[in-house]
Amino acid sequence: MKIVMAIIKPFKLEEVRDALTAIGVHGLTVTEVKGYGRQKGHTEIYRGAEYAVSFLPKIKIEVAVASDQVDKTIDAITAAAKTGQIGDGKIFVINLDHAVRIRTGEADAAAL
Amino acid sequence: MRFKRPYRAGLTAFAVALLTATAACAEPTINKGDNAWMLTSTVLVLLMTIPGLALFYGGLVRSKNMLSVLMQVFYTVCIVTLLWVLYGYSLAFTGGSDFIGGFSKAFLMGVTPDSKAATFSVDANISELIYVCFQMTFAAITPALIVGAFAERMKFSAIALFIPLWATLIYFPIAHMVWYWAGPDAIADAAKALAAAADGAAKTAAQAKLDEVMADAGWIFKKGAIDFAGGTVVHINAGIAGLVGAILIGKRVGYGKDLMAPHSLTMSMIGASLLWVGWFGFNAGSNLEASGGAALAMTNSFVATAAAALSWMFAEWIVKGHPSVLGVISGAVAGLVAVTPAAGYAGPMGAIVLGLIVGILCLFFVTVVKNAIGYDDSLDVFGVHCVGGIFGALATGILVNPALGGTGIMNYVTGKIDDYDLATQMVAQAWGVGTTLVWSTVGSAILYKVVDVVVGLRADVQTEREGLDITEHTERAYNM
Repeated sequence: MKIVMAIIKPFKLEEVRDALTAIGVHGLTVTEVKGYGRQKGHTEIYRGAEYAVSFLPKIKIEVAVASDQVDKTIDAITAAAKTGQIGDGKIFVINLDHAVRIRTGEADAAAL
Repeated sequence: MRFKRPYRAGLTAFAVALLTATAACAEPTINKGDNAWMLTSTVLVLLMTIPGLALFYGGLVRSKNMLSVLMQVFYTVCIVTLLWVLYGYSLAFTGGSDFIGGFSKAFLMGVTPDSKAATFSVDANISELIYVCFQMTFAAITPALIVGAFAERMKFSAIALFIPLWATLIYFPIAHMVWYWAGPDAIADAAKALAAAADGAAKTAAQAKLDEVMADAGWIFKKGAIDFAGGTVVHINAGIAGLVGAILIGKRVGYGKDLMAPHSLTMSMIGASLLWVGWFGFNAGSNLEASGGAALAMTNSFVATAAAALSWMFAEWIVKGHPSVLGVISGAVAGLVAVTPAAGYAGPMGAIVLGLIVGILCLFFVTVVKNAIGYDDSLDVFGVHCVGGIFGALATGILVNPALGGTGIMNYVTGKIDDYDLATQMVAQAWGVGTTLVWSTVGSAILYKVVDVVVGLRADVQTEREGLDITEHTERAYNM
């Protein structure tokens, strides 16, 4: 099992969710985050006071999938979140040791 | 409204003149429509301060200081309200000297539901208690404007002490200097008595009486300066006090380095809009009667504000590349400030020109001049209120000209509009602006120093970094 973690543009969240649902991924955790990569920050101006804002708002999504689903998941997220502009985000894949569904006690693949 | 000096005893000729005057003039009457409008205006001006000004300012600070600003504004309203009825009204609106009134109406002595206050028309009075409350709201908003200049770093205990001192020693005297006069009825009566005086002795006596009535006014009023709704008293006065405070207290920790972006421009937009709505009470209410003059002040407060909002917005769009919400609402406030002294004197087209210019002027001050000089006036009290106020006060001297669509200035002795003279009026306006600037600069500087010695002005660095809400008030604005 793997956790696929993706940092995406906030306005791409719905498209990514639709794409994941379409390939049979039915659980998703979303967090509002701030950060920077190659896009760096941007400038905000308030009555002439200019501020370089280094941290941009992004959405972090985390999905737990079976190992053989990982490539499909990455493809779905990439296709849905891509605009081709700098700042589209990144995908990280992390090993997942164990999973439990709290309500039933089901474990691992059955819990996903 | 205005305290009329008792006759100097023993002068029989005065008594004769008085009898003539009394016989000629009926007792002024109170119109319920005027009263109703002034009751409405009074609560509209309260709406400007809370929540209008509080939200406008509050949205502009960082979220860790939101409650401190709301608290400072609310406190100011409450404390000044009480001072006003205890002695403020008496000091501002009774005769005494050219610079300050007396204590004859302290604790509202002698002010009853039957008491009358003059308006700007002969034989049209309003209930004096309404005038007391109307002017109370002006006294409350003026010191509240100042807190924006040193927002995010002044101790609440310092503000708690500074505000009542400032209201007492700066606001009440300036209000007296600009707005205190004997009123149209007293002047018209004295003028009629003079006209009716039959022989030489009676004429001399009546002339002396008229001179006395005319002399019974504040220093700036007698200079001939016109200020319809408080450009000098409210905006220049508070604006320069704010600048002095911002300089004496020093810059915020991290100024020029840390992100100090407004935490909620949504709140600021609500606040600015409530200011605009409430300002109709301020400007159109300052007409004191529900008449065409109030309608003119209302019209001007619409158009000058819209013009200034747009001129700021477009200027920013051209210079910085983007039109901003903060820009459009700041422009609106600048327009309201500038039209305040002119509201009942300028014509609507003059008011539009006034607004177009002030939007660009204030933008220039809060961007270019502030950065060049390097003071930290947190919410631009000086750049908007003082600069806009000075411009408005001087422009009023031009726009009152009937040839430019203005109303001209009523002469209550002749009962006609005086001939307009640009130089005379501008000199008078400059006296108003200059006196207010000097009085408020010197007086405020002294008061800041006194407060600094007594309780200390500035929060310590740790408090400032953590935010005033949690350290001074043990609350957070947003628990989410």
